Amino acid sequence: MERRSRSGAALRLLNSDWVRPILLMVILLVLWDLSVRLFGVPAYLVPKPGDVVLAMVDEWPRLLAESVPTFTATLGGFALSVLFGIPIAMLIAGSRVVEAYVYPLLVFSQSIPKVAIAPLFVVWFGFGLMPKVIAAFLLGFFPVVVSAVQGFKSVDGEMMDLARSMKASRLQTFQMVSLPHALPAIFAGLKVSITLAVVGAVVGEFVGSNSGIGFVLQRSIGNFELPLMFAALTLLALMGVVLFWVIDVLERIAIPWHASQREKAGHTA
Amino acid sequence: MAQPQLKLVGEAETQRLSGEPLIQIDGVTKTYRTRDGEVPSLRPITFDVRPGEFLVIVGPSGCGKSTLLKMLAGLLPVSGGSIRIEGDTVTEPHDDTGIVFQSPTLLAWRSVLRNIMLPVEIRRLPRERYLERAHKLVEMTGLKGFEQKYPWQLSGGMQQRAALCRALVHDPKILLMDEPFGALDAMTRERMNVELQRIQHETGKTVVLITHSIPEAVFLADRVMVMSERPGSIAATYEVPLPRPRTMDVMGDPIFIELTRTIRAHFAAQGHLD
Repeated sequence: MERRSRSGAALRLLNSDWVRPILLMVILLVLWDLSVRLFGVPAYLVPKPGDVVLAMVDEWPRLLAESVPTFTATLGGFALSVLFGIPIAMLIAGSRVVEAYVYPLLVFSQSIPKVAIAPLFVVWFGFGLMPKVIAAFLLGFFPVVVSAVQGFKSVDGEMMDLARSMKASRLQTFQMVSLPHALPAIFAGLKVSITLAVVGAVVGEFVGSNSGIGFVLQRSIGNFELPLMFAALTLLALMGVVLFWVIDVLERIAIPWHASQREKAGHTA
Repeated sequence: MAQPQLKLVGEAETQRLSGEPLIQIDGVTKTYRTRDGEVPSLRPITFDVRPGEFLVIVGPSGCGKSTLLKMLAGLLPVSGGSIRIEGDTVTEPHDDTGIVFQSPTLLAWRSVLRNIMLPVEIRRLPRERYLERAHKLVEMTGLKGFEQKYPWQLSGGMQQRAALCRALVHDPKILLMDEPFGALDAMTRERMNVELQRIQHETGKTVVLITHSIPEAVFLADRVMVMSERPGSIAATYEVPLPRPRTMDVMGDPIFIELTRTIRAHFAAQGHLD
């Protein structure tokens, strides 16, 4: 009896939401390790996961120090994306004229490969934090605008009529109706934006920087230090996950009423 | 069988009723500009609404009845003629109107009570006094105990009750309703009809309600206005001489049956039943 309930508890633990991805990752790591050993892949092509862990432990202080500028550039670019993206989305959603002028241009600019123009920022702004922030901003900006425009525009026509029938001012309509209504869409955009901002920061570091995870990546490839490179990649991915998770938590706090949040918040009908 | 006392108040022509009218609609027209030129949506329409009256406008889909209501609410400009409420020409939403749409249009992030209080917040009215009123309305509409719930936790009928409370919270004289029960199931709809009838009887509000359900129209109305197809115009107006308060039993009354039959005949003649 005792035994059975214990195995039941273990099964429940294995099935819990946070264990599942970890379980999958462990399986993938084992497969990775086995394939490297079985097929005799040379270490300068693919390192063994154990070596990556070792490299991470050995180089931890340095990796941590280098992740600070990357983190700063990511947050800076993301902050700029929000700061510019949401007001521009408001203008686009609020005026057909602005939309006609700005939106096509925005889509056009988005089609320019950022990696190709990143060296230009180095030329303009030097080797400091600035070009990285701008690269992160350029990548993170677009999803914020697109999702916020969609959010602001999807307010029901009758809802707007209702606000007008109460003689709500533009500010009141925005504050009490449009903005809260757009929040779920905005948060969806923020989640995409923050992960892209990490990519942007690394791109910035690739083309012209002497610090940051991107720099470590490039350096370690040059020196065939593959374990270090994989360790840096892992850290980068972790950074993305943590930032994504922070936005997720903020979302849960900001829009507990939204359909996507109801079950998590534990409301009952 | 006793001859039901049908009173046809005037067919497709101007009528002026005794007593000071609250709303005067005078030769109102609406045309929409499209690529093919001007498309008339409403032919000149003239009628009055008396204070405390329950007027129901019934017509086929697309006859312009919703357009007419939006113009009454001051949400759409008239193309011709004039609408006056207590003598003032309507050019913008009037303070003395509350409006209920087919969808409840409740804000998902606000509790029922805060949804009901929305007009008070927007109009910056004294909160304390109107909060008391909101609680009374909640009780009257049977929403007691649900004040702190969120809209998604309520059934369709209850959401529409909340929308009704919101329309009435600032104590307007006029209540405008655009197919308010159109999205509800048949049984809920009947119950809502009985309740709306009671609430109107108790509060003495002037109601203009739009529907395409003929039994609903006759059950609720003091006067039923039948509209014809696009471009819309008034085909006929009928007084409903059924005593209030009404219950569902009224639907078996010969007057009720005769009236619904007569009104239905209008649409049959137009080749439209929906």
